[in-house]
Amino acid sequence: MSPLSRREFVAAGAAAGAGLVIGFYLPHGSPSSGKEIFSPNAYLRITRDDKVTIVVARSEMGQGVRTALPMILAEELEADWKQIEIEQAGASTLYGDQTTGGSASVRTTWDPMRKAGAAAREMLISAAALTWGVPRSSCSAQSGRIVHAASNRRLSYGELVGKASTLPIPTDVPLKQSKDYKIVGQRLPRVDTPAKVRGDAVFGIDFRVPGMKYAVLARCPTIGGKVLSFDDKESKKISGVSYAGKVGDPAVAVVADSVWGAMEGRRLLTVDWDDGPNKDLNTAAVMESLKRAAAKKGASLYSVGDVTKVSGRRVSAEYQLPFMAHAPMEPGNCTAHYQGSKCELWAPTQVPQDCRDSVAQAVGLDPDQVKVNVTLMGGGFGRRLEHDYAVEAALVSKAIGGPVKVIWTREDDMRFSTYRPASLHQLSAVLDAAGWPVAFTHRIISPSISGQKGQPGPNEIDPDLPDEAAFVYALPNVSLEYVLAETAVPLGWMRSVYALQAAFASESFIDELAAAAGKHPLEYRLHMLAKDQDIQYFATTWRTARMRGVLRLAADKAGWGKPLPAGCYRGIACFGCFASYMAEVVEISMENDVPRVHRVVAAVDCGQVVNPSIVEQQIPGGVVYALGNALRAKITIEKGRVVQGNFDDYAPVRIDEAPVVEVYAVQSTEAPTGIGEPSVPPLAPALCNAIYAATKKRIRALPILS
Amino acid sequence: MRARLGTHMADISLHINGSEKKVSVPPETPLLWVLRDTLELTGTKFGCGAGLCGACAVHVEGSAVRSCSTPVSQVAGKSITTIEGLGANGLHVLQQAWIAEEVPQCGYCQTGQIMTAAALLAKTPNPSDEQITRAMRGNLCRCGTYERIRKAIHRAAGAGGAR
Repeated sequence: MSPLSRREFVAAGAAAGAGLVIGFYLPHGSPSSGKEIFSPNAYLRITRDDKVTIVVARSEMGQGVRTALPMILAEELEADWKQIEIEQAGASTLYGDQTTGGSASVRTTWDPMRKAGAAAREMLISAAALTWGVPRSSCSAQSGRIVHAASNRRLSYGELVGKASTLPIPTDVPLKQSKDYKIVGQRLPRVDTPAKVRGDAVFGIDFRVPGMKYAVLARCPTIGGKVLSFDDKESKKISGVSYAGKVGDPAVAVVADSVWGAMEGRRLLTVDWDDGPNKDLNTAAVMESLKRAAAKKGASLYSVGDVTKVSGRRVSAEYQLPFMAHAPMEPGNCTAHYQGSKCELWAPTQVPQDCRDSVAQAVGLDPDQVKVNVTLMGGGFGRRLEHDYAVEAALVSKAIGGPVKVIWTREDDMRFSTYRPASLHQLSAVLDAAGWPVAFTHRIISPSISGQKGQPGPNEIDPDLPDEAAFVYALPNVSLEYVLAETAVPLGWMRSVYALQAAFASESFIDELAAAAGKHPLEYRLHMLAKDQDIQYFATTWRTARMRGVLRLAADKAGWGKPLPAGCYRGIACFGCFASYMAEVVEISMENDVPRVHRVVAAVDCGQVVNPSIVEQQIPGGVVYALGNALRAKITIEKGRVVQGNFDDYAPVRIDEAPVVEVYAVQSTEAPTGIGEPSVPPLAPALCNAIYAATKKRIRALPILS
Repeated sequence: MRARLGTHMADISLHINGSEKKVSVPPETPLLWVLRDTLELTGTKFGCGAGLCGACAVHVEGSAVRSCSTPVSQVAGKSITTIEGLGANGLHVLQQAWIAEEVPQCGYCQTGQIMTAAALLAKTPNPSDEQITRAMRGNLCRCGTYERIRKAIHRAAGAGGAR
């Protein structure tokens, strides 16, 4: 399966929410089960010494999956959390799709992890009942033991390993009620924190293979360009530089026995580039092409009523957003060891299976000859949904006949990323005599990430849009349209993907409508959410009541309507994506035309919260990420080359700009939905709406400080 | 004559985390890469290579410096502390505070954050918010953990953070 169809698969399944979980796959019956180990499925091993090992088949990039996913299994297993050990799965055929993205890890493994734990629990109960010769119904599982209360007997899970391994694996197992949860919903400390604080956590960049060399690549700075020739005479004067050679068409690798040697070797490399077809490409031309594409009729994402047949007062506006780069703290890297009939990788990756398949193809092996180990990641944000670093490492390892780590510099990361697509948004609405909207139209004109990667989806609708561009207001006439535009600029999925664009345009425009109608922004939104209604958008059923709930919660906690100190202003926005509902109130003051964000109050409805502490990390994390995007994030192209290179000209938010973020989660027993991304989209419109409140100036293009 | 750099090795003696290490590297090699590649002290991170993000912060004679931009020859004979040597007897009070406040998300920048905070507390045992902001402004975190970093520094200060 290609990376794209894999992501599409996750998105489609995740969007379906509680009822249907695509990607559900519960492998049964591990061959390792026996006298010493009880392993009823590939997620779980219990050994005689009472050690419970839970396998995490998603990648840890900071979002807490190594803690949250085992909590789900441990809950149904009735395990003692202190018994639990975590094992990170590499690329496997046992766990279905292992892509980590689309805020989908918890929502797509919620069922399989629960069922894996419940099946084991039921088998352990049966094993104890058989051992004691008592009815199953008289036994219960409690904190790592099966208890027979009537006789006050107990056996630990470790003591039951041999017996449980002989039993048939049940296919239909009872799942616990949320009221009985002991682990899910608790603020358990993350399992990965101590190592990260001590400095001994192993990220991809830290992994070592004995005898390993280091490679840095010179890539053609012009998008789509190629190497014509290169001269490594000066490079090889650097101590430890042992090799220079082409990696595919666009790059030359310099290999040395230290990272610094490889970097210096690259600095002294002379490459003659064929700049290729994009040597005159620049950002202004891309934005012009979006405007031209806007003349085309697009594909309908969602339609209700008929927006063309409504008369009244019409309001229109155009919004636009630039290319952006993920810029995770850990630059791209991957370690590979090609050994003729096999290749092993140690990859900080969100797509281990795609790395396996792409590397196999690149080095001429079968996928089952490629082993991909997943390391910790210093951030992902979607950048590591690509496989470029893995393929480079494998090709260089093959070329030099030994293990090698490819390391990207920060400038490499910035200039050879896959960027959030630039986009243009045409919005219009018709207001009735009272100023309420009766028709709403949003045309999204954007290149397609998936389309560029060769899998455009039905009607050229990028398969991500179903998770990321819903309109959760109950209006009689709505049209959401997607117009495909082409670009040569490499595109990728960046935290919240199209939801950032859709929310910025749509939630800013709603504010414009409220202003045009002379109504308050909160009251205006609540009016459009007043009626309980299900809104079916692709596979997700959105509920106006849940959106109303988070909007009210955020407004209440922020003290909306109460006076602020002089010079302070509020803005509000709400948005639904990755099946979660999110509202944010932003408080700002203006200092020399620059907004200063003091406080953000965020309310989320993400169904059942697995670990409140992780939710309280993810939401402020998304808010700070989004604030950087809104204020300054902009990748520009001049003469076919990315202009920005490091954290000086692509400057994220630092501690002096970081607001206080308050997080409120709606208590819910609905199945869990996404949490890694939903706090990103509402921030920019809420901030720009606050700027409007302060200045009466409407910001219709990001970044704000351009 | 930059182009001639990197061609000659030098034997350099380093005092790292209380013990002496001899390395043979080109003298202009940034301390970061000597720590990571030569001495296998990988708790110090590479983030930007330009002194812009602070992921590579270590202490030289007690002050936080950017090891990515410090040639190893400049620190020969000086006392260097990395995250691996910060807590002389178990975890430093800041590391304990980082765990108590659950600061890390991806965790990649956190060792640099802790080293910078430790240098702050060594000179300013009970810093104000403003002093924390000024000291920590050079350290980027893309996961946005700044609020918890601030809380953890205050917590450590309250527990006698200068230790």
